Amino acid sequence: MRQESKIKLMEVCGTHTMAIARAGIKKLLPANIELVSGPGCPVCVTSQGDIDRAIEISRIKDVIMATFGDMMRVPGTNGSLEGMKRQGYDIRVVYSSLDALNIAKDNPGKKVVLMGIGFETTSPTIAATIIEAKRKKAQNFFILSNFKLIFPALEALAGSEKIKIDGFICPGHVSVITGSIPYEKIAKRYKKPSVITGFGTIDIFRGVERLINQIKNHKYEVEIAYKRAVKKRGNSTARKILDSVFEVGDSEWRGLGIIKKSGLKLRKEYEDFDAERIFKVKIPKTRKIPGCLCGEVLQGIKSPRNCKLFKKICTPQNPVGPCMVSSEGTCAAYYRYG
Amino acid sequence: MDNKITLAHGNGGRLMHELVDRLRLKFSNKILNEMADAAELNVPGNKLAFSTDSYVVKPIFFPGGDIGKLAVCGTVNDILMKGARPLFMSLAFIIEEGLELSILDRIAQSVKEASKKAKIQVVTGDIKVVEKGSLDKIFINTSGIGVISHQGKHIGTKAKVDDVIIINGTIAEHGIAILNAREKLGFVSGIKSDCRNLNLEVGRCLAASKNISVMRDPTRGGLAMALNEIAISSNLGIEINEEDIPIKPAVKNMCDILGFDPLYIANEGKFICFVDKKDASKVKKAIGKNARIMGKVVSNHKKEVHLKTEIGSGRILPMLESDQLPRIC
Repeated sequence: MRQESKIKLMEVCGTHTMAIARAGIKKLLPANIELVSGPGCPVCVTSQGDIDRAIEISRIKDVIMATFGDMMRVPGTNGSLEGMKRQGYDIRVVYSSLDALNIAKDNPGKKVVLMGIGFETTSPTIAATIIEAKRKKAQNFFILSNFKLIFPALEALAGSEKIKIDGFICPGHVSVITGSIPYEKIAKRYKKPSVITGFGTIDIFRGVERLINQIKNHKYEVEIAYKRAVKKRGNSTARKILDSVFEVGDSEWRGLGIIKKSGLKLRKEYEDFDAERIFKVKIPKTRKIPGCLCGEVLQGIKSPRNCKLFKKICTPQNPVGPCMVSSEGTCAAYYRYG
Repeated sequence: MDNKITLAHGNGGRLMHELVDRLRLKFSNKILNEMADAAELNVPGNKLAFSTDSYVVKPIFFPGGDIGKLAVCGTVNDILMKGARPLFMSLAFIIEEGLELSILDRIAQSVKEASKKAKIQVVTGDIKVVEKGSLDKIFINTSGIGVISHQGKHIGTKAKVDDVIIINGTIAEHGIAILNAREKLGFVSGIKSDCRNLNLEVGRCLAASKNISVMRDPTRGGLAMALNEIAISSNLGIEINEEDIPIKPAVKNMCDILGFDPLYIANEGKFICFVDKKDASKVKKAIGKNARIMGKVVSNHKKEVHLKTEIGSGRILPMLESDQLPRIC
């Protein structure tokens, strides 16, 4: 790779996006190295339809909708969960899935639905909670399974004609569970250098350096630059738990559309916990938010600065799209840290 | 007396009379004991600092303090930030029907201890009781009066170019302690609220320099908001070095895990002081061993706070946009 040619690296994970912005890393990199953000913020990639479903279910009598904090404010087609809370519906912020199960235990007359989002990092803990709920014979605890798998999305981006990515800064936390092996197929097939990177400032520089070295030497390997947490084979216990509760299914991603085999659905043995099956609701026809570029931002095609709404109409106070809401969202990072 | 607060405790009748007396005895002083409709105050000098605040913290007891201690320290510290010596305060309880009387006693005891430590007298007060569900357990409203007698320049909201910014210790402990207690996160972190009065440190600070232009306690909105407010009111820029902002590792780690920026998390026992650079090291020494010089005031990038990151890059430290944590004080 010539020294001065443009190099475009994608940090897949939202935690990386925030860490890069917070430390001001972009300003210290040579001008020809561009970092673009990827689809690794679970709040941001949740489809509008999935939010609409949560909103409709929360209208049902005796339902308590439990959600992780950032999800509260993400706009669906008509309003957000926060808006529902203001109208008096019972929406609660939880910090873990076990909190939601405890709410169910404390409110036997209510039906507690957890708005489940997240990647391989989060979903094993939710699987463990569902196993626990089954063991305790919980009758009033349900999951809206909007969990996603990162590799199908990575593959979609690696093969995309719209964006040419020279290498991936791969997510550290997800890789603790998955290990490095699943990246190998993508790295080889699409010739994308991939480095699993930690979240400290030095970690990120190290990740970038290793990617540049690979690009210079025309290599496309998977490296672990976060060995203190990530092992090649990952955490097989967590994956076993995950597999015992969930099976792979298609899933809709904001910006990327439906990606085959990129989501997790509850297995038949756990269908009594499946909120989508139990609570049949009619979802409004989704309208794309006019002017919002979150979809393009999530694919690294556009920067928040290309968006006409950014900082003018869309602010953290009045977010139009999810990337401005989430504490890991690209637009929020650009807004807060310039 | 029943062991729970009832509406009758706020209706002006015998029960209320008994409750008022019970509390009065805790804070007993000549002015309060007169039990007039208003307190009569003898105040030295002619320049007063006057401040009011309400306390709605949840939970009412938390590691490092409770709503009573918080109400006193919050009131005292606001007065101190004007360079004034706190003298008198009011104390009004708004109580939800059904609150255990023992809880009210515990809170009153904390008020007593905290006010004694801060050398401020509770001279007037009030109790209201509202129906169950109208509020969450207990709210407190206070006002405080202090006298401005120091010999230095006017301490207000305007910093000047080249002022040095000093902080008296580690940040973000109050907000994180509250969050950990409220949400029952179960982190065994040992993080306690820094809730305390700043009398001694501010006193030493004022004695060390007559060239202090601004003092501020970075409570709600944290350090970042306090700095932004001063940059705006001074119409000047502020530069802060990230590596000079003191923070305990446990607090930083919890912020990392939960996705909070500690610069926006509340403090209840910290203050920042803007002082002429020639007095900076003197003031830092006077405040104590935990004080740090963390930045300065500049004439460019007016009304903006810039942060120099640990790796030598820079970024803007913007105003807080959305509420990170409600009901922390």
